[in-house]
Amino acid sequence: MQLTVWTYEGPPHVGAMRVATAMTDVHYVLHAPQGDTYADLLFTMIERRDKRPPVTYTTFQARDLGSDTAELFKSTLIRAYERFQPAAMLVGASCTGELIQDDPAGLAKAAALDCPVVPLELPSYQRKENWGAGETFYQIVRHLSGEPEAGEKPARARPSCNILGATALGFRHRDDVTEISRLLAETGIDVNVVAPLGASAADIARLKDADFNVVLYPEIGEQAARLLKKTFGQPFTTIVPIGVNATREFLAEVRGLAGLPANEANGATRLPWFSRSVDSNYLTGKRVFVFGDATHAVAAARVASEEFGFEVVGLGTYSREHARSVREAAKSHGLEALITDDYLDVEAAIAEAGPELVLGTQMERHIAKRLGIGCAVISAPVHVQDYPARYSPQMGFEGANVLWDTWVHPLVMGLEEHLLGMFREDFEFTDDALPSHLGPGARVSAESEAIRVAAPAPMPTEAAARSPETRTSLWAGDAEAELKKIPFFVRAKARRNTEKFAEDRGLTEITVETLYDAKAHFAR
Amino acid sequence: MSGTVSLLPERATAKAGCTEPAVIRERGQHEVFCGLTGIVWMHRKIQDAFFLVVGSRTCAHLMQSAAGVMIFAEPRFGTAVMEERDLAGMADANEELDKVVSRLLERRPDIKLLFLVGSCPSEVIKLDLSRAASRLSAQYSPDVRVLNYTGSGIETTFTEGEDRCLASLVPELPQSRSKAPELLVVGALADVVEDQFARLFGAMGLGKVAFLPPRRSRDLPAVGPNTKMLLAQPFLAETARMLGERGATHIPAPFPLGAEGTTAWLKAAADAFGVDPMTFRSATASAEARARRALEPFRETLAGRRIFFMPDSQLEIPLARMLSRELGMEPVEIGTPFIHKAHLSEELALLPEGVTLSEGQDVDRQLDRVRAASPDLTVCGLGLANPLEAEGLTTKWSIELLFTPIQGYDQASDLAGLFARPFDRRTRLRV
Repeated sequence: MQLTVWTYEGPPHVGAMRVATAMTDVHYVLHAPQGDTYADLLFTMIERRDKRPPVTYTTFQARDLGSDTAELFKSTLIRAYERFQPAAMLVGASCTGELIQDDPAGLAKAAALDCPVVPLELPSYQRKENWGAGETFYQIVRHLSGEPEAGEKPARARPSCNILGATALGFRHRDDVTEISRLLAETGIDVNVVAPLGASAADIARLKDADFNVVLYPEIGEQAARLLKKTFGQPFTTIVPIGVNATREFLAEVRGLAGLPANEANGATRLPWFSRSVDSNYLTGKRVFVFGDATHAVAAARVASEEFGFEVVGLGTYSREHARSVREAAKSHGLEALITDDYLDVEAAIAEAGPELVLGTQMERHIAKRLGIGCAVISAPVHVQDYPARYSPQMGFEGANVLWDTWVHPLVMGLEEHLLGMFREDFEFTDDALPSHLGPGARVSAESEAIRVAAPAPMPTEAAARSPETRTSLWAGDAEAELKKIPFFVRAKARRNTEKFAEDRGLTEITVETLYDAKAHFAR
Repeated sequence: MSGTVSLLPERATAKAGCTEPAVIRERGQHEVFCGLTGIVWMHRKIQDAFFLVVGSRTCAHLMQSAAGVMIFAEPRFGTAVMEERDLAGMADANEELDKVVSRLLERRPDIKLLFLVGSCPSEVIKLDLSRAASRLSAQYSPDVRVLNYTGSGIETTFTEGEDRCLASLVPELPQSRSKAPELLVVGALADVVEDQFARLFGAMGLGKVAFLPPRRSRDLPAVGPNTKMLLAQPFLAETARMLGERGATHIPAPFPLGAEGTTAWLKAAADAFGVDPMTFRSATASAEARARRALEPFRETLAGRRIFFMPDSQLEIPLARMLSRELGMEPVEIGTPFIHKAHLSEELALLPEGVTLSEGQDVDRQLDRVRAASPDLTVCGLGLANPLEAEGLTTKWSIELLFTPIQGYDQASDLAGLFARPFDRRTRLRV
């Protein structure tokens, strides 16, 4: 058993719901106990959808367990089919449904419905939400994409592709699809089908008409793309177009797959100029910690270092299935990747790294708030404010503009940062206040918080169980006071460096001199 | 529950009320929360308790979704997520649970009461949490008391989670040695409401009033043959039954919603304790008048409006009574997960003639009825609210009625405000 307060991903059947809800005429019948309908409000509230998800739950209760839950499933399935008349149905079980072993696949076959039925095997006690979405999409493609047709494809004026992987409840999927569709159109490539988002069962049967596939979200679309490659010989893209450079490389990749001549796509993006303008000089070497799903974390780390000039001091993911790409990326930043789905491990790692900015999920937003560090959200899981009304892609050239605004916003602006460093005694502009443009409010001292996190945490984890260092005793009073004169965003790092310096030399006390000796030492 | 049920009130009231209402009983998809959701407010009410759900990732995900932002405030609840190896063998699952609990209690020495909360998966694999609770209780006493109850969806609907939690406390209550009758108010209320009621009872001369649950687990109220219990919430079937087994007697009363409802609720207690009518009036008259005045502006918005309740918390019948009698609303259908005849006898007698009740749910068929009736306001869960709004219906999402202080005189207008606000918003918006 794993003690959990916060989970980065839901169970796999929630992933299946995300695929079903993304599509237009598919209905999902889920063998689940009363109460599992809570998942509906993820779609109706957090994503603010104006329709109920196309999911019918058996909602069995204890009294049903004594009788025939299999019969309940079958009658629910038949009633759902009659009421909603879908073009295809998904059948499966939630975690409790899995335990009672009613075999939805066999029961659906016995019901002999007048539409294709896709059975889903989603092991709830081993796998999680994104895997469930990827597997569901794969099964839909496997069941509904038809057979390879003999003969030539019809001649078309322009090459065409499918866009794979976007779902309901996906982080910025709505606008990413719009942005990438536009870029493809400008490049001279038609979009054949977008799936699962907005696709019908008939659209899945048309996937084979495209020349190649664009995989926007590998966690969800890659498995289906591999199948389409095997069945219909369609190649697929490997570059996720988040950031200016990745978008340019992506466009080169699609031109290659579409058989178009190479050209230098510069695109309408302001990020390079904003990043080169002197106002951004102070962003150089800002220490940033990155965590999220594998795709967004790897992309964000690259953008942070190449396009913002930040220094990536931590990189991790909760996507165990895609950990390899994150490990490779971490190596390129000279880091060890953090692969965990325990938020307390993430909290400990952030406290340890002492970054000036955290790029993460809804959970890192909270961790950063507690540590008094600026934060921007780059990946699911996210809350209602990250399903915005305005156009806000992460991908493509407009996505890069959005990234620029979003990531710089939480940081203290340059002049304010200078003045905080110069004048420590100001009664209004103290550095335990939030950046001025973010309104009133105090930040928690990242200092004391870092120590607190290293100490026993309220919930047990391996990370929290590490012995707390009683290191404050080393500091002489005047050295401690001098440390306070260092701006908050580098203070934690200065403290750590000084302590390491003292430890390496076997010093029993840290004086003001030690502090500056360490500063000179680490500046080399 | 099956067959036709006669709903005769135990005490006939002056007005002919909803004594023989039509009750629709349906089976089908239930669009409701499970009892685990009760933890979201119960963990704030009992300040030194921790709720450990033994369940699956779905349970953790539900708690996270239901608790929204609160998950970040170091909540006093968590989930021991069962993994594949826990399903393989029972002994192993118990060892794993012991490990989780010992680490939890090491880290949180402030916990004095630990609830092991059963879930659908733990019930289906027949993990015996009551045995685990007594084993752990023996191990950690006297510092920590370990209890268990089920919040699973197969056993409980939404607020029944609170019922099961309170019921698990009943055997722990000390034996009352009192020779005189004592009042016990049952059901988690907002702190401000609880304090108001304590003052009102005090003004009637009922000094020694106890509340269940207490704010701290060491302050458990005593119970015995002289205990008279007044239910503050309509969903406490199991708790009341267990208290009855300890000798407590139930004071039949409508629930303290609205000015009239609060007075009737207090009066039932006052009569049971022989409070002189003049004393009762002087204790309550000014607060009741204040509540009635505060309700007046809302009548204008709400009178004549037709309201449809989807089943959710069992608060539907008392709410419909308050909204119809005190604000002039017209209930079309009152859906509720469960109708407890004895606890609702006073309420049913006060419902308007000819109203339709429904118990249980087949959500698709019920939505057909909503569309056919086209009510002015539909009270429903968050999974249905936006889709119905998009169809042009005005909705009020029901979970807010559990998270807002609505009982008592001085919350009557807040309660009315919750139902008036959707109409107010509709008239303001010009887009």
